[in-house]
Amino acid sequence: MTQVISAAEAKTLLANVMKDAYPDERGRFGPFGGRYVPETLVPALDRLQAGVDRYLHDVDFLEAFHAELKSWVGRPTPLTHARELSKRWGAQIYLKREDLAHTGAHKINNAVGQVLLAKKLGAKRVIAETGAGQHGVASAAACARLDMPCTVYMGEVDMERQAPNVGRMKLLGATVVPVTSGDRTLRAAVDEALRDWVSDPNGTYYCLGSAVGPHPYPYLVRELQSVIGREAREQMLATTGKLPDSVIACVGGGSNAIGIFYPFVKDTEVQMLGLEAGGLGTGLGQNAASLAYGRPGVLQGAYSLLLQDEHGQIQETHSVSAGLDYPGVGPEHSLLMSIGRVKYEAVNDEDALAALAECCAAEGILPAIESSHALAGAKRHASEHPGKTLLIGLSGRGDKDMPTLQKTILKDQV
Amino acid sequence: MAARDSIGDAIRAAKTKGRPALVAYITAGFPRRKGFRELLSSVCESADVVEVGVPFTDPMADGTTIQRSSRAALEDGVTLQWIFAELEAFSAQRSKHGAPLLLMSYLNPLLAYGLARLPKDAARAGVSGFIVPDLPLEECAELRAALEAQGLALVQFVTPVTPSARMELLSEASRGFLYAVTMTGTTGKNVAVPDEVLDYFARVKEISTVPVCAGFGIRSRDQVERLAPFVDGVIVGSALVEVIERGEDTGAFLQSLRGEAIAT
Repeated sequence: MTQVISAAEAKTLLANVMKDAYPDERGRFGPFGGRYVPETLVPALDRLQAGVDRYLHDVDFLEAFHAELKSWVGRPTPLTHARELSKRWGAQIYLKREDLAHTGAHKINNAVGQVLLAKKLGAKRVIAETGAGQHGVASAAACARLDMPCTVYMGEVDMERQAPNVGRMKLLGATVVPVTSGDRTLRAAVDEALRDWVSDPNGTYYCLGSAVGPHPYPYLVRELQSVIGREAREQMLATTGKLPDSVIACVGGGSNAIGIFYPFVKDTEVQMLGLEAGGLGTGLGQNAASLAYGRPGVLQGAYSLLLQDEHGQIQETHSVSAGLDYPGVGPEHSLLMSIGRVKYEAVNDEDALAALAECCAAEGILPAIESSHALAGAKRHASEHPGKTLLIGLSGRGDKDMPTLQKTILKDQV
Repeated sequence: MAARDSIGDAIRAAKTKGRPALVAYITAGFPRRKGFRELLSSVCESADVVEVGVPFTDPMADGTTIQRSSRAALEDGVTLQWIFAELEAFSAQRSKHGAPLLLMSYLNPLLAYGLARLPKDAARAGVSGFIVPDLPLEECAELRAALEAQGLALVQFVTPVTPSARMELLSEASRGFLYAVTMTGTTGKNVAVPDEVLDYFARVKEISTVPVCAGFGIRSRDQVERLAPFVDGVIVGSALVEVIERGEDTGAFLQSLRGEAIAT
């Protein structure tokens, strides 16, 4: 459980990844993943697993899902050639525009898929956690569309910095429960959602928003989000006639990243780069970069890399972006890093905000602060490897970040 | 005799006296590290088995009381190393026949401590077994084997939503006792103990090959009396932590649950 992966093991794991062997029947991505939950949730996860096995391969279910993605979410989202950023950064920059998906981020792909599944499983209500509020809004919208009661847990700290999204969730009919326990951000919201679920495991469906948590969530979320990478891969081939040299995405829990990476995993010539929240620096508590600075452990249902102290206590995190402000990461990312298939780096608050401003001015696009970590990472990558073609997952739009942007980028402007 | 057998023995000894065993939970180092051994000693006098909680930052199976006590203990600097040192000193001073001690911990602090050294250090500290609420049967093989080698128990849970076939597996795997959760939910809420809950306990009791103890939401003598015919023991956690929080006498509270006259 606490193993360090040797070079020989990494080779085997990589071969398994190329054979699509993960998750295995125990819900493992190599050593990572699994199902570490209270006994009360085991039957609920068994039912979810049975539902996932049945419906993710069911023609009618997939037809209903893709019909919603097309006519309600607005998919496929466009691929935009960022002409000015390409010039400035010395690379060909393409943006996969999840900011143009309904409700403003990639989160809707997962939410609509899971709420459809919740209905099939006979759930009476849906609960969700949210950090930046995007998954909360997406869940509220999907529940309104599909006629399900929805409760969203959101940390008090996040409710303040993402205030516009709180109002949106309420308008969409969701009950928003402020979380005052723990760190009052995304991780505490997940704890509270789990406590709610444990209280009614038969009637409640937990719509988890990222590729984290106990099996089968990391798999389910990957499957629902892979539409991003499948579309982007086709669009790159159609637009440029070839695959990109690198695919770049931001990573908090890692749902948009796994969604865009996964369809490229077997394209070994394509490099992949995940950008985590570097916050204010490399010290404990100053960032939310679990892959860069974390150690393996178990939090909220899965064995993965975590920001923790020597005693196994989970660390408070810091990031200017609520959506990346999480001390863990999806188990599949821990695997992809440990076998060297994806490289993960940290981007600090300042560079992310600078990239946000640059993208606004150069392309007329206001990206989410989360997505701006990917932009900043792409800029750095381009300066080190000029002339390459880079596909960037623009996971969401930045309208929700106005309270934070007023206090940072805009604070000196009259 | 393996240390884990002391747990079942203590529960059966209470049963032969015509009452359910009382399993008491306290958070290690709460309300503060100083004086913890004295508190533990007094709880051990009034309880048949004592669970010592290892505080964790994310206690997802626990309600607000144990979240609060865990946070306070962490802020006071409680670590598993400190707990083992305290328990070792405590065990050295007391009779071998005192209430058996169990450690109740989420998995991550145990992983950080290291599963290789954990069982031996726990045995040396006088611990008889472990309760790990986020470690279901399918994931527990490694820890279970390591504990077995030292003669230590790993307690399994069953809940009202556990199917009977799974209940059998959990009972077979459980050592010490079987932790039967009274309700779906987190610790600390008040439970009314309706008839269907009693049906569930009757089912658990029929299936289980080890003593059955009911936990989550036990706060009053009424509940204990209602559950008594169906279980071998009751577990009290949040209500006891609240007594400690209020600075009240733990012995008096535990005796009131046992239905004994309160010594004054």
